[in-house]
Parts: sequence; structure tokens; C-alpha cells
Amino acid sequence: MRVRTLELAVGGFMLIGLLAIIFLALRVSGLSMNASEETYRVVAKFENIGGLTVRAKVTMAGVTIGRVSNIYLDQEDFVGVVEMDIYQQFDNLSSDTSAAILTAGVLGEKYIGLIQGAELDNLVDGSEIYNTQSALVLEDLIAKFLVGRVSDEP
Amino acid sequence: MIDRIAALGRSGLELLEALGRSGMVLFHALWAWPNLRTTFPLLVKQIYAVGVLSMVIIVVSGLFIGMVLALQGYNILNRYGSEQALGQMVALTLLRELGPVVTALLFAGRAGSALTAEIGLMKTTEQLASMEMIGVDPLRRIVSPRFWAGAICMPTLALIFSSVGVLGAYAVGVLWLGVDGGSFWSNMQNSVEWGDDVLNGVIKSVVFGVVVTWIAVFQGYDTVPTSEGISRATTRTVVYASLAVLGLDFILTAVMFGEL
Amino acid sequence: MASISGNNPLSGPYSEGKELKQVCMASMTTTQHPSGAANYVEISDLTFMRGDRVIYKDVNIAIPKGKVTAIMGPSGTGKTTLLRLIGGQLKPDQGRIVVDGHNVPDLGRTELFEVRSKMGMLFQSGALFTDLSVYENVAFPLRVHTDLPEDMIRDIVLMKLQAVGLRGASHLMPSELSGGMARRAALARAIALDPELVMYDEPFAGQDPMAMGVVVQLIRLLNDALGHTSIVVSHDVQETASIADYIYVISGGEVIGQGTADEVLNSELPRVRQFMQGLPDGPVPFHFPAPSLEDDFLRGRSL
Repeated sequence: MRVRTLELAVGGFMLIGLLAIIFLALRVSGLSMNASEETYRVVAKFENIGGLTVRAKVTMAGVTIGRVSNIYLDQEDFVGVVEMDIYQQFDNLSSDTSAAILTAGVLGEKYIGLIQGAELDNLVDGSEIYNTQSALVLEDLIAKFLVGRVSDEP
Repeated sequence: MIDRIAALGRSGLELLEALGRSGMVLFHALWAWPNLRTTFPLLVKQIYAVGVLSMVIIVVSGLFIGMVLALQGYNILNRYGSEQALGQMVALTLLRELGPVVTALLFAGRAGSALTAEIGLMKTTEQLASMEMIGVDPLRRIVSPRFWAGAICMPTLALIFSSVGVLGAYAVGVLWLGVDGGSFWSNMQNSVEWGDDVLNGVIKSVVFGVVVTWIAVFQGYDTVPTSEGISRATTRTVVYASLAVLGLDFILTAVMFGEL
Repeated sequence: MASISGNNPLSGPYSEGKELKQVCMASMTTTQHPSGAANYVEISDLTFMRGDRVIYKDVNIAIPKGKVTAIMGPSGTGKTTLLRLIGGQLKPDQGRIVVDGHNVPDLGRTELFEVRSKMGMLFQSGALFTDLSVYENVAFPLRVHTDLPEDMIRDIVLMKLQAVGLRGASHLMPSELSGGMARRAALARAIALDPELVMYDEPFAGQDPMAMGVVVQLIRLLNDALGHTSIVVSHDVQETASIADYIYVISGGEVIGQGTADEVLNSELPRVRQFMQGLPDGPVPFHFPAPSLEDDFLRGRSL
């Protein structure tokens, strides 16, 4: 009988542990059951990715529709290449969709914002987004502003 | 002067020797796992002693740490008008750091010291020797189930600690201080990553569990068989295990989150 | 041949010279003990050091089969160490310890555990497993070494407990036993597997006279009834002498005397006499070595 209560206690302990991990998975990390959701991959080239990181959000109209999966440098054109996985359910993005690297709030993280285009063709796996807008880099802005002022003077 | 250098060398050799012996203990303990039929009942008993009995202290401290985090975090975040980020802050702190580390420290104090004292007492009362004379390897029969129980219980306890901590923060932040419940959870879910935060925390706690239990069973097994020896071994377990946890935590954090 | 030998460790049963030893090393068969029986344990030229401290130096001891052999000596001479050496828990620096034809220090892990299953040992503190009941303690060696069905284990356990008079206490935990009872329960565990060799480590130490009498009787009775070989390590002269067939007296890392109980008790060798008769002063001085009295007491004044 004593062995039985012992086993029950250990079983209960394991159960609580299991509940804890389920709670952490679903409620805290917001892991949905369809985590291994089907995605398709598109690439976009940016002059400057300015602090974008892998696993950053890809949004359209503020709604998350995918994640950045890979970032690397194109060694021929010397531009940053960003690969992103878009969830399969958003399969009707037009082929002239434009992408911009945006910042959440003043000091927030970088993410990619997509804006739907007008073409009838859709983006498919492996497509490239040609219409891109690089991240705003503060130093560039300041430099431009100063140069503009100087050239205006005379 | 030469005496000093010799003493240094001697303590270095002793350290190496102790490391070697503890490695042997670990090796035998791991080696003994495959015998499931006889080991399983012993393992259940040890999980009870190591895990179930540690649960009260883990739940209570988890709850209070979560509540304190919420209170402190609210005061700071409120100044920048971003108290919605409370859930995110508390969850990340707990999952990445406080969950594994505080659990490991409590575990070393509660279960580790008990393991050391128990095995040390068995050695002092010649139980280990008599077991050997009966023809049973005490490393298999005594050390191995305790080692595995520790390695299993520690991550479980850390998960419980983090969960209870988040609930405690919810209680203080949302129910008491009036942070919006919806944004509390959604902010948390947006920033907490399953793989990066939850799983890395689990990996940390597995490592801590192995190290703490290893130190505990080795100190017990290596006790000088007197009552003074037991008390010294117990102290050493808590001190060494705590230092090892904090040191390893830095290394693991550097490896896991250093890139970010 | 069974005469008391002097301090020379090479004399004694091997005083005919080293040939005898050579023979037993070569043939590995059991040789004749001075008392006439074959030897179950043979220790030859044993040297054991702990750090720089010499515990044993070239010790020769033979344990005859089926008899009760006592190893006696003052506290701190490493008598328990000797049992651990026989059990293979410690390795000697030199020499052979042949138990039933196996040289213990040479054995691998598995063979060693096999040889140990033929040994039972009663530890000084009893060493019952504190987390198991008396019944489970006695059943432990049976469960480990045999595949007997549960009802048979039960019969054997109760038989052994009956032999030590503790059948009624089988359900108690070790913490509920008195010291004497704990030792008897441990004895039941030691003989659970019907070992060929039973070693007793200070079985009389710290017992009240009644419990001591019980243990004394049990050792003799069990030895005769079960036909095993017994080694008793003790410094209790009267109790040990009353049951031992043959006695070795050890002091300072060497055998200082041996023989039957009577021979050792009436020995004329000064060190043996001092120990056996409990004389406070003799070859082992009452005073720990110290500078002379005058030096110690007068030095302060002369300053």
C-alpha cells in the first residue's frame, strides 16, 4: 500500500510537470498546434537591411503572415538578401508586392512590412519581390540632410 | 616559497584526482541505466524523494518570485507607459534565467544536500561496504537511481517554477495592479519563442540537474566516514553546486543568447 | 608445530622455511594448517600501507576450514582492514590473499562479486539497510543472487531469522531495533546465502553482557551447525577465547603470537601476555612517548 501512494505521488508530480510544459507552450509562448504550418519561401533584396534579424516578423497591414528565415549577402551585387517564409494560407499576394524594412515604435525591433500590389499573378515558392525599400539608417538621413543644406547655401 | 609551490602542486593533483574519481562515479551511474526491470522501482522511489518532496518549496518560491517580478516590473514599466510589456518581461526573465537558476539553487539546497547526507550516512554506517560484500555494486544500486532521479526532476521542477511564476505575475499584474489581461498574454505570446526561450530554459535546467546531482552523489560517495565528514560534505555540495550552477549559467547564456 | 611463535613474521606455521609457501603458491591447492584442517583462506607476505603508514608488514595468516579463527589485537591495528582485504574491498601493496583457491587482489570485478557471494560479513555497526525492513534486509542477498520464487525466499528468510531468534521482528525497521538485535538481524543477513566463510567485525563491541552472550553462542552454534568457516575480529579477550579454535594476535602490523586459545592465554611472550591479560604497562608502555618528566616540568621554572 505504501508503494502505491508513492507511485501515485510520483505520477502526480510527472503530471504537474506535463501540465507546466503545456501551459508554457500554449499560453506563454503562444505556440499553436499547427506550428509546423505549411509555408512558401520568397526572397527580397535590400540595399541595406539595417538590423533586421532572422525570425523577425513579416507583416501585411500589421498582421503577421510569416517570418524571416534567412539573411545573407549577395556577393555579386553586394546587396542583402532576405529569405522569408510566408504562411501557405496567404497564397494570393500579387507578384508586384512591395517590401519595406520597418521599425516597431521608435526603438522597437525591425520587421518586414509587405504592401499588396496590383498584378493578377501571385507570388509562389521561390519568387522574388523586386519592389523593395531599405531600412532607414539614421546616419544616412543625417548625412543627406547636411549635404542638402550645404548645397543650398550659396 | 618552494613549500608554497609544492602545496599548490599537491592541491592541483588532489583536484585532478577528485575529478577523476567523480568521473568514475558518473560513468558507473550512467552505465547502470540499462537494467530497467530492477532499476525502475528504485527510480520511482528516488523521484519521490528528490522531486515530489521538493515541490512545495519550488511552488512557493516560484509564486513569490513571479509576484515580486510583476510588482517591480510594473513600477519601472509604468514610468515609460508600457506596462503592457509586463507579461513579456516576466515570462522572458523566468523562462530564460530565473526558472532554471533559482530552481537549481533551491534544488541544490533541498535535494542535493539530502542526497549527500543520505549517501554519506550510508557510507558511515558501512551500508555501502556491506552492500559491496553482498555482491551488489552500490554505484548501481544506490548512486545510479539517485543520479537519474535528479536529472529527471530538475527540469520538471524548473518548468513548474516558471509556470507558477507566470501565474503569480498574472495575479499581481492583472488582478491587482490592473494591467489589461489581454495585452498581458498577447505581449507575452508575441515575444516568447517556444524553441528559443522555453526549450533553451529546459536545456539549461537539464544541465543544471545533471551537474547538481553529480556533485551531490559524488560528495556523498566520497565522504570521510565520520559525522564531521558528512556535515562537511553536505556543505560542500551546496557551495560547489551553487557556484557550478551560476558559472555554467553564464556560459550557457553566452552560447544560447550571446548572438542576440 | 602449534607453538607460539615470536616476533619474526617468517616463523610460525612456515618456520620450516619458505618451501611450504612456494608449494602452496605453485599448486594453489589448500595446504595443511597447523591445527590439522585444510585452509580456506591463506594470506602470505601481506604488506598494506595507508599513505606512508604501514598497516601490515609481511603478514602470514592461515584460516582453517570449518573452524572459528580469531584475529585479536589492540584497537587501531587494522583488524577491520584485514577483513576488507579478504573481501577484496581494499587492495594490498604486496602479497597474496588466497580465498578458496582464488587470489583475491587479482580478481576482476565480476569474479570478485562471485567470490563475495560465498562470503558473509557482519559489520561492526550491523550495517542494515535503513530503508528496508528486517525481512527485506535478510531477503536482499537472496533477491540479488537467486531467482527463487517469493514463497521460497520467505521460507529461507524466516528460517534464518528463527536461527537468530528474530522471526517475530521481521516486520520492524532497523531503526526500531536495539543494538544487539540489529547485529543479530545483520547476522541473519550475512548467512542468508549459506556462505562458506563468515567474517565478524568486532561482534562483541558495545553490547550489553546479555546480548554479547547471545552473539558469542550464535557464532559457535552457526559455525558448527552450518559447517562454514568463521573469522572473528575482536579485542574482547574472554569472549573470543571461549569460542575460537585458533587465535592470531596482531600488533604493530605483524603477527606477534598465535595458537589455540589456551596457548595464547598462557603465552609467555611479553607482548601477547600484556594484551591477553590486559596489563596496563609492559612492552607497550602506558605513557605515550614524551620528553622526560624533568624536562617538561622544570623547563618553565629554569627560565
